[in-house]
Amino acid sequence: MQGFAVALQPMNLLWCFVGVVLGTVVGVMPGLGPPATIAMLLPLTFLMNPASAIIMLAGIYYGAKYGGSTTSILLNVPGESASVATCFDGYQMARNGRAGAALGIAAIASFIAGTVGVIGIMLVAPPLARMALAFSSPEYFALMALGLAMVVLLAGRSMVKALLATLVGLWLAGIGTDLFSQTSRFTFGRMELLSGIDFVVVAIGVFAIGEVLANMEGREAAKALPVPKGWRNLLPTLQDLKDSRFAFLNGSVVGFLIGVLPGAGSTIASFISYGLEKAVSRRPEQFGKGVVEGVAAPEGANNAETGGALIPMLTLGIPGSSTTAVLLAALVLWGFKPGPLFIPENPALFWGLVASMYIGNLMLLVLNMPLVPLFAQVLRTPAYILYPVILGIAMVGVYSTSGSLFDVWLLAGFGLLGYLMRKLDYPSAPLILGLVLGGAMERALRQSLMMSDGHVSILVSRPVSAVMLSLALLILLMPVFGKINRWRLQALEK
Amino acid sequence: MRAAKADFWSGLALGGLGGFIIVQASRWEYLGADGPGPGFFPLWYGIAMAALSLALVFFSVTKPGSERINWDGAGRAFTTWLALAVSVALLKVLGFLVCFAALTFFIVAVMYRRPLWVAAAVAIGATAAFYLVFPFALGVKLP
Repeated sequence: MQGFAVALQPMNLLWCFVGVVLGTVVGVMPGLGPPATIAMLLPLTFLMNPASAIIMLAGIYYGAKYGGSTTSILLNVPGESASVATCFDGYQMARNGRAGAALGIAAIASFIAGTVGVIGIMLVAPPLARMALAFSSPEYFALMALGLAMVVLLAGRSMVKALLATLVGLWLAGIGTDLFSQTSRFTFGRMELLSGIDFVVVAIGVFAIGEVLANMEGREAAKALPVPKGWRNLLPTLQDLKDSRFAFLNGSVVGFLIGVLPGAGSTIASFISYGLEKAVSRRPEQFGKGVVEGVAAPEGANNAETGGALIPMLTLGIPGSSTTAVLLAALVLWGFKPGPLFIPENPALFWGLVASMYIGNLMLLVLNMPLVPLFAQVLRTPAYILYPVILGIAMVGVYSTSGSLFDVWLLAGFGLLGYLMRKLDYPSAPLILGLVLGGAMERALRQSLMMSDGHVSILVSRPVSAVMLSLALLILLMPVFGKINRWRLQALEK
Repeated sequence: MRAAKADFWSGLALGGLGGFIIVQASRWEYLGADGPGPGFFPLWYGIAMAALSLALVFFSVTKPGSERINWDGAGRAFTTWLALAVSVALLKVLGFLVCFAALTFFIVAVMYRRPLWVAAAVAIGATAAFYLVFPFALGVKLP
């Protein structure tokens, strides 16, 4: 109640509103991420009450997660890495004339998961933070391996091609300076590659530019995508909500739990949640073709992660992502000491923030649902206007992230790669998965082997990592079990 | 082109990449006093890539399906990509606004065969909108 007393103060409500609106705008714009926006606004917050300031900055953080789904669904342009999994089915729904339903379900999933995240913070913040500390390198490696095993669920018709795409992703992740030995790897003598390849460049190139090139094949495409017709397709139906009920729960729980682990991030949360949803679905073959659960699960995970990520930041002083790092810096600059004593020493600030997140999620739902039909109208834009605009947004988005023209070149290169992958039937999602997880996976593996003096047994001798690695192995072997079962049934029939 | 033939050539290309990764990784330290070196991880995924590529090449030869890849319209896609590449190359000299306007004009007038005045209007309008949204309203630097 103390939290709501703080959050419901008129000024705090106003700053919460400003934060979520700014966050939504930032999420819609590719390349303009929440860390940069929060960092830019940081000097302005010195004139504000710290409670109002943290409420506004947190509003930008979770508001951006809401906004990130819009361009993924409408244009196949992931505004940030966590929105990539939303592209798989969100964009396909838009292609099927159900962009409104996809946007609506994304907003509802975000609201439910955001609320679950807030409730999670209220109930289990301190014990979960202590548990996260028990996660060491072997557990992180096992988590990354579990994430990578999802490639089985993201594969198209050929598992070999999916695995090859994953390995290319791992290779791309390895480009740059090795942080352990300062060795430059696969940089071809280019200074620009020393810091590695930004995920955004690859994701926007492969998804957005690749999609534009594929659509340019047809000369007479008057409209880019079918415009949703009637209220039935402008908003999610009751059936959509019914189909998504497990996805809401899955996204909320997976996203929150992964968010608690520093460094795991919303991207892995959204991929694991998507993979899990597909694994338990009664219609897995429909995933990637535009199913509503394929949007609800990653979007939910993406938003629940926000609540989870605040736990280690506030209770341990450990930022799990670049955004929470900037938020942590803000708290320190205002004179607070995030750590185990943060909640007992600043109950009004902590509970005010938690309550404001609940109110902010409600604001976002109320703001976003009426905007869904409006956003869906983007699809009315003729192809000859929409495609150059997508190419322009992609270039500006990539350049604004790094300020490097070399990255714009890479964007064009990855666009061509994305197009060729489509033509040759290589799935692009595994490539992105490998790229996202590659760096963290290698780091965790090497740290684990350092801890054990080179003994691989450390990965299976710890219970949590053993369980996760067994799960990963089970998932990887699923296609083999499926084949054996088919042979068995055929043999029985004969 | 048959899908199997495409698999054969893409398998060979990826096999080449796998080989390159193995050669590069073998030049870096595999195991040092402090633990695994920079060559440790790349060596293993390089080997996996080479092995899977060989499997793809093998399957494309032993089980060639009748499926064909439709390359109709690929010329239009490659032309658009070339236009994009040229506009990226000219970014340093002409700046984003001019390059983007030219790229838009090309796509509208040449690729979609719209009247020149429509192409000019779209190019100017889209460029102005980009300027107003990114550098003017959001303070985002253009390439």
